[in-house]
Amino acid sequence: MRNLLELLDAAAGRRPDAPAFCDETCSLTWARVKAGVDAVGTALAAHRVQHRPVALYLDRSAACPVAMLGVLAAGGFYTVLDTSQPAERIGRILQRLQPAVILADKANLDAARALNAAPVLEYEQAAATAPDPALLAALRAQAIDTDLAYVLFTSGSTGEPKGVAITHRNVLAYSEWAVRTFGFTQDTVFGGQTPFYFSMSVTDLFSTLRAAARLEILPRRLFSFPVPLLEYLTARGVNTLYWVPTALGIVSSWKALDYTALPPLTTILFAGEVMPTPCMNYWRQHYPRATFANLYGPTETTDICAFYRVDRPFADNEPLPIGRPCENCGILLLKDGRAAAPGEEGELCARGSFVAAGYYAMPDKTAERFVQNPLQPNYPETIYRTGDLARLGPDGLLHYCGRMDSQIKHLGYRIEPGEVETAAQSLPGVEAAVCLYDADRARLVLFYQSRRKLDEPLRQHLAEALPAYMRPAVLCRLRSIPTNANGKLDRTALKAQLAQLK
Amino acid sequence: MHTNEEILKVLAEIKPGLHPAADDELIKTGLLDSVEVMQLVMALGEEFDVEITPADLREENFHTIAALCAMVNRLEEE
Repeated sequence: MRNLLELLDAAAGRRPDAPAFCDETCSLTWARVKAGVDAVGTALAAHRVQHRPVALYLDRSAACPVAMLGVLAAGGFYTVLDTSQPAERIGRILQRLQPAVILADKANLDAARALNAAPVLEYEQAAATAPDPALLAALRAQAIDTDLAYVLFTSGSTGEPKGVAITHRNVLAYSEWAVRTFGFTQDTVFGGQTPFYFSMSVTDLFSTLRAAARLEILPRRLFSFPVPLLEYLTARGVNTLYWVPTALGIVSSWKALDYTALPPLTTILFAGEVMPTPCMNYWRQHYPRATFANLYGPTETTDICAFYRVDRPFADNEPLPIGRPCENCGILLLKDGRAAAPGEEGELCARGSFVAAGYYAMPDKTAERFVQNPLQPNYPETIYRTGDLARLGPDGLLHYCGRMDSQIKHLGYRIEPGEVETAAQSLPGVEAAVCLYDADRARLVLFYQSRRKLDEPLRQHLAEALPAYMRPAVLCRLRSIPTNANGKLDRTALKAQLAQLK
Repeated sequence: MHTNEEILKVLAEIKPGLHPAADDELIKTGLLDSVEVMQLVMALGEEFDVEITPADLREENFHTIAALCAMVNRLEEE
């Protein structure tokens, strides 16, 4: 296989009348998905998007996968934008991406036009285009598996979001592993929690395609109401979850499984941040026979590069390992350019077919993180340096040991404090800023230095510059931010102040 | 009996700058996300000394200021 659309062709050929993508109000069969993809692909091809980026600006719905696959049908690659993000940050992403077209649904058409970045095409109109099978076949014949499928933007330390460039080959290899490892079939019903601009959604979407399964795109607001959320899963027959621990924690912290009939879950997977063991134990009590697995990986390895299938009881204070590398994926633990000894902490580096092509239009950042395998000097092999620390335990399993830099994981999202600090410092009057994570209370705290209190204007300013999950919950003004002997901002001294904040 | 104004005051502490009318949609419109709803649950519980249980955590109790007020008053009577 060399193109992701082959997965769609197979699913639509095998189960044309089975539901594929569903949201609260709409259910699309595989045949309808295929027809929609051909229509959108034909409309986009008229804009000559082959080998070019298309930005998607749509509300979360069953139409999103159709738009994504439609871009692939036109020979292009997509970036899904978060419609709730401030226009300023979207503008920075689009400046890097230089999309050929922005595909927007009716509800977001005006906002998309106001971005003023590229011609805007209406999704509803594109989806009603008469398909041109000869044109689509010609585009497909030219496709190769190292063509890009999508570019996914994550937080960047200097304030510039980084676009991770993922190829068809990456996703083909990755989805093959996911389906085989967890035994997804046409009876699998995913309860999709993560947004389509987040790497975990890749597992939901492309496993659904590969297994001709069904993806129930869960309404975001249900994650405020744990019991109705579980009732919704039951009503939709969801049997497989791949959620961030924060989302599973909404159910466990309210003990919501004790208040309603249990949804028919057989597989519960999680990734994106450290899973608190008590949360997992609560779910396991209610689902003693289900498969639980802790998945690990950055966006740069498509989604996952190591995993641990939970195969024994864990005490509430015992952290979960990240396990072993996925098949067809290698993990190196490097310390000063050599392999770390067993038990010694090293930087976790990934090799193999899940490793991304690099960062889009960022050769310097790419060269910094996608490097030659130092243990293999005789031929070119790129590995990705995650910046995560891990060690190999006596149990033969990988254990996560934290970050080498100050990157923060919050609600499953990855946040570079530098991006928050840069945004804060762009407000006149803010002389310096340090963003820290208050792990005990799961919130971002921003210390800033200024002559007078600027809490309100700063809050306003950050709301215009940063997506909601990156905005600090607490702003704390200091007359001067402490510095260490080298004159650098002293994060350690500030960390000690976190505990004293309200 | 508590009033919509009292509920608004609690909400303003969680989300400064938000001044919805009594019947404005808070949930469907995305004005309050799941983290903010949880903060609101804690704050209402503390402010009015009522216990909000998982059974009360339903959209119909949270979708407007008026609905929140009705829930708090009902819980206080129980």
